Amino acid sequence: MDSQKKKVPFAGTKEQESALLKVINEHRDEKGSLMPILQKAQEIYGYLPIEVQTIISNELDIPLEKIYGIVTFYSQFSLNPKGKYKVSVCLGTACYVKGSGDIFTKIQELLGISDGECTPDGKFSIESCRCIGACGLAPVFTVNDDVYGKLTVDDVEGILAKYK
Amino acid sequence: MYRSHVLVCGGTGCTSSGSHRIVETLKTEIEKNGLKDEIAVVQTGCHGLCALGPIMIVYPGATFYSLVKEEDIPEIVSEHFLKGRIVTRLVYEETVTEEGIKSLSDTDFYKKQNRIALRNCGIINPENIDEYIATDGYEALGRVLTEYTPDQVIQTILDSGLRGRGGGGFPTGLKWKFAKGYDADQKYVCCNADEGDPGAFMDRSVLEGDPHVVLEAMTIAGFAIGASQGYIYVRAEYPIAVKRLQIAINQAREYGLLGKNIFNTGFNFDIDLRLGAGAFVCGEETALMTSIEGNRGEPRPRPPFPAEKGLFGKPTLLNNVETYANIPQIILHGADWFTSMGTEKSKGTKVFALGGKIHNTGLVEIPMGTTLREVVEEIGGGIPNGKRFKAAQTGGPSGGCIPAEHLDIPIDYDNLISIGSMMGSGGLIVMDEDNCMVDIAKFFLDFTVEESCGKCTPCRIGTKRLSEMLDKITKGNATLEDIDKMEELCYYIKENALCGLGQTAPNPVLSTLRYFRDEYIAHVVDKKCPAGVCKALLSYQIDPDKCKGCTLCSRICPNNAINGKVKEAHVIDQSKCLKCGACLEKCRFGAISKK
Repeated sequence: MDSQKKKVPFAGTKEQESALLKVINEHRDEKGSLMPILQKAQEIYGYLPIEVQTIISNELDIPLEKIYGIVTFYSQFSLNPKGKYKVSVCLGTACYVKGSGDIFTKIQELLGISDGECTPDGKFSIESCRCIGACGLAPVFTVNDDVYGKLTVDDVEGILAKYK
Repeated sequence: MYRSHVLVCGGTGCTSSGSHRIVETLKTEIEKNGLKDEIAVVQTGCHGLCALGPIMIVYPGATFYSLVKEEDIPEIVSEHFLKGRIVTRLVYEETVTEEGIKSLSDTDFYKKQNRIALRNCGIINPENIDEYIATDGYEALGRVLTEYTPDQVIQTILDSGLRGRGGGGFPTGLKWKFAKGYDADQKYVCCNADEGDPGAFMDRSVLEGDPHVVLEAMTIAGFAIGASQGYIYVRAEYPIAVKRLQIAINQAREYGLLGKNIFNTGFNFDIDLRLGAGAFVCGEETALMTSIEGNRGEPRPRPPFPAEKGLFGKPTLLNNVETYANIPQIILHGADWFTSMGTEKSKGTKVFALGGKIHNTGLVEIPMGTTLREVVEEIGGGIPNGKRFKAAQTGGPSGGCIPAEHLDIPIDYDNLISIGSMMGSGGLIVMDEDNCMVDIAKFFLDFTVEESCGKCTPCRIGTKRLSEMLDKITKGNATLEDIDKMEELCYYIKENALCGLGQTAPNPVLSTLRYFRDEYIAHVVDKKCPAGVCKALLSYQIDPDKCKGCTLCSRICPNNAINGKVKEAHVIDQSKCLKCGACLEKCRFGAISKK
């Protein structure tokens, strides 16, 4: 699906690259270091475009297709940039039986984008997620690190307005 | 010395409800009232009653404040802390009686619980190793290293009858014995903290509330099987747990409880964290190890089992968080103490995450053999809004739905399997009459379709086909023959999939077919969804006798599907109706219904 989405040109800076090289050098000799490096790289760039994967591939001498295979396997890794505000709606069982599906639909409607996409102004991105473990507060969604729980569909608009 | 301790829950549930702001306000107010040297504020792990968060307990007296708001804090500080008068209005109402405030352990939610794995959660500050040590922490490790041989440790675990709490229920002692049995220059102890079952969060609570217990147990396991390195594979979605584990590891290293020459016995053991990256299949043991090695987290066929060839090709022991949380207590109190709880084949306690349509959502730890009815009706406080119980789902996407007729079955591994579900990691989601069982089965299948790693065909294609068949049913396009075909496909997937994920993926379909076949038939034959969930089969109707013609519904209808004049009965144009239900919610006269 990712290939069908609009491509955002890569705009990595020299600072980001040197931060990445530092991380690679710190982990280079550890067993199974690729996952921690990819996680740190995503922290640095916000996502893992092919340009970043190429740097890691060259530095660690691991074929690019292996890295691409790993990046696309795990849902946490993203090939596309995320919005300034990342909205994730929990679609775990406890939230689902309490109506998080409707909340997810409402958010998509309000923002005019669908699962995994980012608004054209780069402000919001939305994704569904699996159980963040706040089942006692179901249904739940998060905006970056803020958690909103015990929601109804009517609460959604007011919450999103805070970030607009 | 402080004269009073205020414990504020810092688990994910309460943090989400704003408990970190409560802590800040508390500290400010306490300082303002000049009580800084008298009252200590401690941020703890989860108390279990997430539905009533943020939660705050004041010692001495164990006064349990629930649903605390920032604006309540000045009153609590000036009344309770300064003048010694409990603010009854804010106390958990279950504990308020005419004779005064009763103990928390006498409330319905807590009285049948027996907290072993959760014993420190909500009691100690998880970021302070001294508090863990003060509650007998690391004593079991000390005893094991100085008084036990590895075989004695394994025998104790075998005798305790402890079974894997991650879902499979494999005897833990046996796993340890196998891992010890293989000779190698290097062995590993791993902890599965990749709690992926939606609706289960007991492992997260242990990691957040009592991280040292996992470190201690893994070190004991390392001694027993002869390993010197441990890895905890933890979900990246649990940031608080990751942070507290890292703090705990650093503190344990500082105290010499991890690292070289632990307790001066010459035993070396260290632990590192590895973060997951959001793949449900990585909860499967071989996939988890492949992921730690830095690959796509795909499972591989067994044998060889991890005890022989696991992480980096070396003998590896893997247990889950809750299993480890029981180990130090078993060492300290003995196998006999542990076997005194539970049923014949399932000993000890099990933590369940109660969720869904139930009053007391949260975490409970109950002896094995407690009935589902006790959990739902007594501990859980029943179903809200006067609705009727329909099913309890256990075991997550690998489990099944248990109907009302089996509410009195004592919960243990074997009983749950005999009724078509499984223990799983302990998620227990309650559903009421408003939940459609076909929709629930489809929900779980959509989950497995997305999480299937794609390595084996039965799972990759089979679950996709199952999900399509369910979709056809929920849209009213299926025939009775489709149900039979679907059932056949379920058994085919179960028998042929490579790993546990695929082998158990059809369970939600099979168990709902077993107990709620009439609901499937209603979708197929009558083209109706009895619970009123499946949108394609619903229609909204206005009762002309009840409609007052207020025009509200026609104004809020997003697709202008409702017509009618003022003070005359309105009509819904079924061809335009989007079935959003907005009119039903807003009608003040109860004139609109869905069928």
